[in-house]
Amino acid sequence: MTTPSTTSSGSGGVTGAGGSGSPRSGLPGQRGSDAPKRGTGKSAPPSEHRPREITVGFLVGRLIALGLVAALLLFGLPPLIRTDNWIGVGVLVAAGAGIAYLYLTRRHVPLKYLLPGTVFLIVFQLVPVILTVSTAFTNFGDGHRGTKEEAITAIQTGSLEQVTGAASYNLSPALKDGKLVFLLLPVDDKGDPVLDQAKVGTADGLSELPGLTDANLSLTKQLSEVPGYDILSKPDASARGDEIANFAVPTEQGAIKSSGLSKAVELKAVRAYDAACDCVTDTKTGTVYPADEAKGYFVSADGTVLSGGQGWKVGVGWANFTRIFTDKTVSGNFFSVFVWNVVFALLSVLTTFALGLVCALALHSPRMRGTKIYRTILILPYAMPSFAMLLVWRDMFNKDFGLINNLFGWHIDWLGQPTTARLSLILVNLWLGFPYMFLVATGALQAIPKELTEASSIDGATAWQGFKRVTLPLLLVALTPLLISSFAYNFNNFNAIKLVTDGGPYAIDNATVGATDLLISYTYRLAFGGIAQLGFAAAVSVIIFTLVAVMSIIGFRRSRSLEEVYS
Amino acid sequence: MRRRTVFAALGAAASASALAACGSDKDEPTATPSKDKGNGKLVIWADTKRTAVLKKYADQFGKDNGVTVEVKEISENLQQVFVTASQQGSGPDVVVGAHDWIGNLVQNGAIDPVQLSAQQKSLFAAAAVKAVTFNGQIYGAPYALENIALVRNTDLVPTAPASIEDLVKAGQDLKKSGKVSEILLDQCGASGDAYHIYPIYSSGGGSLFGLTSAGDPDPNNVTVNSADSIAAFTKLKELGEKGSGALKTSIAAENVVATFTAKKAAFFITGSWNIADIKKAGIKYDITPIPGFAGGKPAQPFLGVQAFFVASKGKSKAMAQEFVANYVTNKEVANALYAADPRPPALLAAQDDAKTADPDVAKWLDAGKDGLPMPAIPAMNEIWGPFGNAEVAVIKGGDPKTAADAAAKAINDAIAKKK
Repeated sequence: MTTPSTTSSGSGGVTGAGGSGSPRSGLPGQRGSDAPKRGTGKSAPPSEHRPREITVGFLVGRLIALGLVAALLLFGLPPLIRTDNWIGVGVLVAAGAGIAYLYLTRRHVPLKYLLPGTVFLIVFQLVPVILTVSTAFTNFGDGHRGTKEEAITAIQTGSLEQVTGAASYNLSPALKDGKLVFLLLPVDDKGDPVLDQAKVGTADGLSELPGLTDANLSLTKQLSEVPGYDILSKPDASARGDEIANFAVPTEQGAIKSSGLSKAVELKAVRAYDAACDCVTDTKTGTVYPADEAKGYFVSADGTVLSGGQGWKVGVGWANFTRIFTDKTVSGNFFSVFVWNVVFALLSVLTTFALGLVCALALHSPRMRGTKIYRTILILPYAMPSFAMLLVWRDMFNKDFGLINNLFGWHIDWLGQPTTARLSLILVNLWLGFPYMFLVATGALQAIPKELTEASSIDGATAWQGFKRVTLPLLLVALTPLLISSFAYNFNNFNAIKLVTDGGPYAIDNATVGATDLLISYTYRLAFGGIAQLGFAAAVSVIIFTLVAVMSIIGFRRSRSLEEVYS
Repeated sequence: MRRRTVFAALGAAASASALAACGSDKDEPTATPSKDKGNGKLVIWADTKRTAVLKKYADQFGKDNGVTVEVKEISENLQQVFVTASQQGSGPDVVVGAHDWIGNLVQNGAIDPVQLSAQQKSLFAAAAVKAVTFNGQIYGAPYALENIALVRNTDLVPTAPASIEDLVKAGQDLKKSGKVSEILLDQCGASGDAYHIYPIYSSGGGSLFGLTSAGDPDPNNVTVNSADSIAAFTKLKELGEKGSGALKTSIAAENVVATFTAKKAAFFITGSWNIADIKKAGIKYDITPIPGFAGGKPAQPFLGVQAFFVASKGKSKAMAQEFVANYVTNKEVANALYAADPRPPALLAAQDDAKTADPDVAKWLDAGKDGLPMPAIPAMNEIWGPFGNAEVAVIKGGDPKTAADAAAKAINDAIAKKK
C-alpha cells in the first residue's frame, strides 16, 4: 500500500490507533514528544537529519513486525516455564525487552540494521557450530542420550517384572475417606472375575473385600459399586492418572501397581540402583554392575554391560578425534576416500563449469536466435528437484531394467563396478550442476564490456585468443568464489552419493567403505549406519569442516591474486 | 527437574517395596501436584497409514475417559524423530511402530514396559508376544504381523514349487519359452537386502547371531561367517548372476512390483504391502510359504510385528498405559487397523475375522508361522549394511568365504565400537 498521507494526518491517525487499546499506547506520545525535541534541539542540516516522516503505514508496519516478534517470543515461554528453565525465560524476556527498546527509540540506527543479521548468524551458524564441536567431545548417541538419573530411572522401570504365578486384577481406583485405594478383582485365565477373592489395596497393604456379588459389577466386569468406597469414574480416574500410576500396594514379593487405569498386576523390581555403591544389582543373578563414568554405562566386573544397554552421556575428551586417526576401520580407508572425494568435487566443478560456460558462450553470441527458449530448456534440470532426479538417474543406470542399457543395447553394470559407478556419478552431477554454471556464466558474460573483446580483435587476436586472454580471465575474477563454493558443496554432496550409489560398489573383502564413498557418506554410515554415534560423527564433521575450510581459504587466496592481476 | 523426582520416587518406591516388605512405605508420592500432568490430553504418534484409522478409535477412547486425544502423523523416520523428541521432553505418550525398534528405544530410555496380564497375553499370537518381549519384558502391545512369502502368478505356474530348485527350474523353463524375463523377483539392489534374502539364506543353513542362554540373539556371537553361513552364501552364489541367475543385483525395490505386474516374472518374494498393486494389475496370484532348498532347512522369513509403545517421558503415562494395554488390544481396533493396511492382526480373535473376510490372511500367516521374530537387539542394526554387501558380492559371483568374513568383521567391529 502506498502512503500518500502527510505527516500531520499521519500522526493524527497514529494517536487514534494508539488510543484504541494498543499495548504500546505509550509509543505515540513518546514519539510525538521525541520528534520536535530532535528537530529543535539539534541544529544539524535539516534536510539530512530531519526525522523520518511517520506515516500510518510505517507505524502499523513496525507495530505488526514487533508484535510478531513479541508473539514468537511469548510462544516460547510456556515450555520454558513448564520445565523450570528460568535462565531461558530470563534470556527470552531480556531479548524481548532489548528488541522493543531498539526499535521503539530513535537511537542506534546502525544496530537496527545489524541486529537481524547478527541474530540469524548466531542462531543458524554459530550455535550449530558450537553444539557440534561440544558434542564431538562426548559419547552422545544411542544409549547415551540422557543423564545418569534418566538412565537409572529407565533401568528401574524396565526391571519391574510380573511376579510369577501372581494373580492379575481388574482395577477400580476408588476413594475412601478422601484417600486413594485400589479395589482389586482377581481375574482367572479366561478373564472372568473371581468375586470372592476381591481385595482392597492401600499404601499399607492388601485386605479382603468380602460380600461382593454380580450386582457390584459393571458390564466390563469391573467393580462399579462397592458400599463405603467412592469408585472413581473414568474421567475422574484419568484426572488422577499420575497418582494412580505412582500408587503401589506393597505385597510379600513386591507391589501391586496399576497397568493403565483398569488393570493391575503384581510387580517386583529385578534390578535396583543403590546410591551408596553407585551400582545396579541384579537380584536374580546377584551380579553387581558398578557405574563406569568413563564409558557412561553400568558395567559388571567381567566387562558385561547391564542388559538393556541404558547408558548416559559423558565427556570423553579427545577420544573421538584420536579414534579417527587410530581406529583402523576409520583411518585405514580415510586416505583413499579423501582422494576420491577431492577428485569428485574437482571434476564436478570443472565439468559443470566447462559445459555451463560453453552453453553460455553459445547463447551469448549475437548471431544466436531463439536464445530465450534455449535458456529455458537449459535451466530445466536445475529447476527439477534434485532428490527425484537422482533417483531417476539411479534407475536409468540399472543393468537390466535401466533406460541407458536398454537404449543402447549394452549390458554394462554401471553402478556395480568402481570405474563406471564413479563415471556415472560425475555424469549425473554434470547434468544436475551445469545449468547453475550456465546461469552464473551468462550473467558474468553480460557484465564484460564488449569493447574489450572488440579491442582485442582489432589488435589482431583470434576469437580463441580473445576468449582465452580477455574473456576467461575476467570471467574467472567474477566466478572463482562461486567455483570455490561449488567445490565445497560438492565435497560434501551427500545426496548424490546416498541416493545414486549409497557409497557402493563395495570390494568383496571390505564391507566398510565403497568405491564411491565421500567422507561425508562414509561418516554417515559409520555414525548412523546402525547404532547412532553422534559424538563421533560430530568429531568427523569438525575434521571435514577443517579440510573444506583450509581448501577454500587456499582457493580464495589464489582468486585474490587473480583479481590483483586482472583488475 | 520435577519429572525426574517423580520418576526417582517411583523407582525407589517400587524397589524398596520389592527388596523388603517394609511397612513404612508412607512416603509414597501420592497426589504429587505435578506440573507435568498431561492436562487431560493423550498424544499418539503414528505413521501416515495408521493415523487416520487411529483417530476414530482414539476419539472414542477420549470420550470414554474424559480426555482429549491427539493423533499426530509423523510421515518420515518415526523412530528417529521419536527418540530425539523423547530426549527433549517433547515426545508423545504413545507411539506406533515396529517391534525391532524396541532394543534401541529401550537403551535410550524412551519406552516403558507394558504389563499385559497372562490372560491378555493369551489373546495374541504367541509369536507376536515373543517379538515384543525384550530383556525379559513386554515392551509393546502387538497389533499386526508381517512377513514375506512367495507370491506366484498362477496363470504362469499353477502349482506352488516344493523347493527352490523346483522354483528355479520352473522359472528357467518359462524364461526359455520367452514367457518371462526373470526367474524370480527377490529384491536386492546395489546395496543388498538382508530382509528379503534371509529366508533363502536361512534355508541354506545361514544365521546371523548365536543364542544366549535365555534364547535371545547374542550380539557377542555373530555367526554370519560360520561354516553353515558360508555354505548358505555359497548357495546364494549358485543362484546368483554367475549361476542360475535367479538372484540379481539389478532387481531392486524400485522395479520389482512393476516387473511382476507386467508379467515378466512368475515368482515374487514379497509382503502383503505389495498385494494391492498386484490386485490392481489384475494378476491372478497365490501366496505360499517360501520354499527351502531340497533337503535343506525350512526357509524362515523374518517376522515383523507392529506394536503400540508407551513413551517413558510422556505426560499422561497412566492414560497411555490404559490405551495400550487395555484399549487397543480389543478386536474392533485391530479389525479397523487391518482394514486400513492389510497386515494380519496379532490378536487371535481379529485374525479369525480377517481370515473369513480375506483368504489371503490365512496364507500370509501360514507363510510366517515358522518365521523368526526379527531380532530387536540394537546390534541388529549393524547387520543390514555389511550383510547386504556380502549378499551383493556373492550374487555377483564373489567368493562366499571372503565376503562372509568381511561382513562378520565389519559387524563385529561396529558392535565392539559402540559399546
